[in-house]
Amino acid sequence: MIRLQNIEKVYRTDTIETLALNSVSLDIAKGEFLSIMGPSGCGKSTLLNIMGLLDAPSKGDIRIDDQKTEGMNDKQLAAFRNKKLGFIFQSYHLINDLQVLDNVELPLLYRDTTAKQRRELAAEALEKVGLANRLKHFPTQLSGGQRQRVAIARAIVGRPEIILADEPTGNLDSAMGNEIMEILLNLNRNDGTTIVMVTHDENMAHKTHRLVRLFDGAQVQ
Amino acid sequence: MLKNYFKIAIAVLKRRKFFTFISLFGISFTLTILMVLTAFINKVIGDNYPDKKRDRSLYITRIQESGDNNSMSSTLSYYFLSHYTGMMKTPVKVAISSMFKGTNTYVNNKKIAVNFKYTNADYWDVLDYDFTEGKPFNKQQVTNADRVAVISEDMKRDYFGDITPVVGKYIEADNLSYRVIGVVKNVPVTNYMLYSDIYLPYTVSKEDYKSKGYLGGYMGILLANSSSDVPKMQAEYENIIKRVPVERKEFKHLYSHANTFFRSYVDTGNEEHSGVFIVVTAISIFVFIFTLLPTLNLVNINITRIMERSSEIGVRKAFGASSKTLVYQFIVENLILTLLGGLIGAILSVAVLAAINNANLIANLELSINFTVLFIGLLVCLVFGLLSGVYPAWRMSKLNVVTALKA
Repeated sequence: MIRLQNIEKVYRTDTIETLALNSVSLDIAKGEFLSIMGPSGCGKSTLLNIMGLLDAPSKGDIRIDDQKTEGMNDKQLAAFRNKKLGFIFQSYHLINDLQVLDNVELPLLYRDTTAKQRRELAAEALEKVGLANRLKHFPTQLSGGQRQRVAIARAIVGRPEIILADEPTGNLDSAMGNEIMEILLNLNRNDGTTIVMVTHDENMAHKTHRLVRLFDGAQVQ
Repeated sequence: MLKNYFKIAIAVLKRRKFFTFISLFGISFTLTILMVLTAFINKVIGDNYPDKKRDRSLYITRIQESGDNNSMSSTLSYYFLSHYTGMMKTPVKVAISSMFKGTNTYVNNKKIAVNFKYTNADYWDVLDYDFTEGKPFNKQQVTNADRVAVISEDMKRDYFGDITPVVGKYIEADNLSYRVIGVVKNVPVTNYMLYSDIYLPYTVSKEDYKSKGYLGGYMGILLANSSSDVPKMQAEYENIIKRVPVERKEFKHLYSHANTFFRSYVDTGNEEHSGVFIVVTAISIFVFIFTLLPTLNLVNINITRIMERSSEIGVRKAFGASSKTLVYQFIVENLILTLLGGLIGAILSVAVLAAINNANLIANLELSINFTVLFIGLLVCLVFGLLSGVYPAWRMSKLNVVTALKA
């Protein structure tokens, strides 16, 4: 489903060059739930961003669903992300000015859908994460766990084949974290969604199919 | 999608109320100024009462004599106007009138400031004053130097009160008593060439209208038979002026022109500095500054506002918004803001124009809002919206997603 070959990422300033990723190669199968672990600053999030086409590698090749992403322009990348990928962030990144339902239907705004379809799909996604009764709330009126569930609903509303989650339980206590993890496992199990998750939590990582460890930008496991 | 943009635009407006106030104030204040200015210009230039035959009229308002080191410019003498326009063949009539002068008169021991002007009899044929009572003075009355007067409606109300008719009654001005023979509708003071409270035959003037000097207190309006005769009439006057000798040895040149209404309205009387150029430049600079400042202000505020929303930009991009879509979103939001400002500006303009009219700051000037002005105003708002929204939107749409999400 996702194939990374010899990915390198170098950050350059006027005076210094930092190698964030050093020749990382990874094959992730369709329906796989993979976790990435490593100490802070080892390049986990950078790798996830590159997989999610949010950042471009300095070198290397990315293929998602057998499509080469190199050379895609801004519009093509946007359309590709919209169709294939869903994102979950540690700090949720919900739009506080919009109600829960509006937040969830956001990815559908960039597709050819009617307002009615968007409403229905968003409500369905929220029901899936157990927030059917919070449609008209604003994010600031919800707990951390509820916000992350809204973020998951937003990630799955467009039915992407891949979900990229960057420390989805990082800001939550263990009970809330477990709830979120359970939702992700169900998505993977029931819908066959491929999930790549960056985490610091060994327990969470061990619930996934495979664990990849990074150290100083290189893959060590 | 538009509904979503609208929701977010309103939410953003509510979020930073002070910024919103500054933005809306900038737009609405600018629009109000522009609309009042336009209404004023529209009234001054566009209102053709009482010179309804403007398309076949030319105005002679100034004469200038200049030498190497000195120059004199003024309105003209009665003699100059009547003598030289009398030689012309194209005009069917020539109105000659003095500029209005101020004096005081007393009603029941109460002082009233009045303006009066002297005219010839043809003045009433060339111009189309609306008489609510009586009629103008005729050639015979002018020749006889009859002490008769045509007064404005305001003068009638101020001097006689609410009685009708006043024809046949006497009015005192400049320490002389005149018999009222007609009442005309008011002319706003902005039409300074034709405005007055009292119109008198030039022959009753205390000044020597027979003096053969060139400079004096009068102006003339040449009326052609048709508008197609106007260029011919203008050329004829120019040719006559070329042959008029200068009055004194120290002068080498003499200038006087028969101009259209607008040119004569803004004529400075200085051959080297055209009034049209000065007025158009002044208005352009005024409008430019008044539109540029709020636009720059809006650009600045918009950049700050959009920067605050970098996380939202990151999320939208991650979930499939292209840079172009984001530019579109921010422009739509900005248009909503500017249209809101435009709406407030339109309401404010109506209020300000009503206040100006009620305060009667300028005599007889009834400013009114019209649809053309409103349309121009709203168009200006849309241009504001685009100008102030495009640059910040374009800049932010180029933001790297990862950077935006980290901000």
